[in-house]
Amino acid sequence: MTLKLGIPSKGRLMADTMDWFAVRGITLEKTGADREYAARAIGIDGLDLLLLSASEIPRELARGRLHFGVTGTDLIHERLAAPDRIVTEEARLGFGQADLILAVPMAWTDVQTAHDLDAVAAQFRATHGHRLRIATKYHRLTRAWLKEQGVADYQIVDSQGATEGTVAAETAEAIADITSTGETLTANHLRPLDEPPILQSQATLWRSLTSPLSDDEKTALEQFRTMLDL
Amino acid sequence: MTAPAIRAEAARLLAHFTDRGAQPFETGILQPAETLLDLYGEDIRARAYTTQDPQRGEMMLRPDFTVPLVQWHMENGADPARYTYAGEVFRRQEDHPDRPAEYLQIGFEIFDRSDPAKADAEAFAIIRDALGPLTPSTGDLGVLTAAIDGLSTTQARKQALKRHIWRPARFRALLARYSEETPAKEVPATDAPLIGKRSAAEIEARHEALAEEARTPALTPQDRNTLDAILALRDTAPAALAALRHLARETSHLSPAADRLEARLEALLSFGVDPARLPFQTTFGRTLLEYYDGFVFGLSPGRGLQPVATGGRYDALTRLLGQGRALPAVGGVIRPDLALEAAQ
Repeated sequence: MTLKLGIPSKGRLMADTMDWFAVRGITLEKTGADREYAARAIGIDGLDLLLLSASEIPRELARGRLHFGVTGTDLIHERLAAPDRIVTEEARLGFGQADLILAVPMAWTDVQTAHDLDAVAAQFRATHGHRLRIATKYHRLTRAWLKEQGVADYQIVDSQGATEGTVAAETAEAIADITSTGETLTANHLRPLDEPPILQSQATLWRSLTSPLSDDEKTALEQFRTMLDL
Repeated sequence: MTAPAIRAEAARLLAHFTDRGAQPFETGILQPAETLLDLYGEDIRARAYTTQDPQRGEMMLRPDFTVPLVQWHMENGADPARYTYAGEVFRRQEDHPDRPAEYLQIGFEIFDRSDPAKADAEAFAIIRDALGPLTPSTGDLGVLTAAIDGLSTTQARKQALKRHIWRPARFRALLARYSEETPAKEVPATDAPLIGKRSAAEIEARHEALAEEARTPALTPQDRNTLDAILALRDTAPAALAALRHLARETSHLSPAADRLEARLEALLSFGVDPARLPFQTTFGRTLLEYYDGFVFGLSPGRGLQPVATGGRYDALTRLLGQGRALPAVGGVIRPDLALEAAQ
């Protein structure tokens, strides 16, 4: 009969999340040894704090094992089908901003828009005998966007890291990735399409719509939301 | 899990088709993903289940029987041939979580190059006769292809439009673009190194294509009106044929398409289907997974309801699978679960 809050277990995202809650009177802190993923919430009763990988928080919210979770918009939309039925956005936390964009080599002076990309995909397939490869870890979001834009003859290639290097390595022709400053893109001779981002992401506090609540938990939930001014 | 009543209905349908000369076809549930992805594009991942196997690579849980059947027929089949099959197909339903992801599908397919109109009519009539009373829909994507061929514009534009026939939003966007003058764009200067597999020659070729685009005049209002009339065509089949004949007086490319429609309606009549009671819509079936490119049909319990049966002609798909070898084919599939629901 406690509420469960999941927050990212590492780095800048964890520190910024803790700061955001601290300003609102809830202290989140790690307990135990430095490398141990144990933590607690101070300043509120009946709230269990869990440190999790940001990419697992969407799943835990969906399964109802977390009542609240902090993770990026990108991960919620990538990991969950029809997220509106599973989670609701409680607050945008104002950090962790990044855009999911599709980028092509800077030297592709003939490609600025999704329309260009589609024309090039047709040309590329006819020339090389295989579909134009787009490296990304955001399979669903990228595919949905390309479908909406009517781009055909492409292929998603999974890339879980160093995605910007895949074009030079010739394992992909284009990439879709999260960027905040664009510096890594530029360093790898890539540039985003002149289109609005596939998704604008930031760290967000989500509430699960699937976790069952006892009366006590409902009371705790309202107290939590009041403290956070939601 | 499939209820016994649905299995029994599937068996009844299978017998209906074998009684009419169809040869039973079987294939595995696991299908190589590569062929399906190359044919249907990456979008199919959102609609089919993909599995990973370190030995076999990516496999898909059978999203349909069409592709393995066409491949089998090309290797082993007699010409002409009629096939039937029954088995589970698997479709992800992210947009419709209430719909089943696994269901039985019974199919009937005709590979016969002698008389396409007769084969179209036979496929429709035999599938219709297998089911109780349902509301038919028909269309013909060949009419749209003929209308594109009739435009007075470049081959490049015609090809681009044909490539996107099955993506209505993209098709509309292209049409809007071609209906106005294209401003010439300066080639942006860059000193960035060329990385990746796409060569400088390919980039140069695309710039030339863009320059040709900019020189291409906009579609004439008359061309645009004809195409819009074709896209909007929605009437009883004989009235649609009359409208098509009327349009063909201005655009002679439409005449063969009108001839094909007329021959099909005559063939349907000979199979006991009254064309006057068949609705016709040029663009019907444009967004089905199967990528039909000629005659298309559906049978549903009523307007806007999920169809019990869908089918059509898929010559282009066989051409892709046969690497240029055309293999005229028409057929359709039935959902026995929906057939039972509709019959109640």
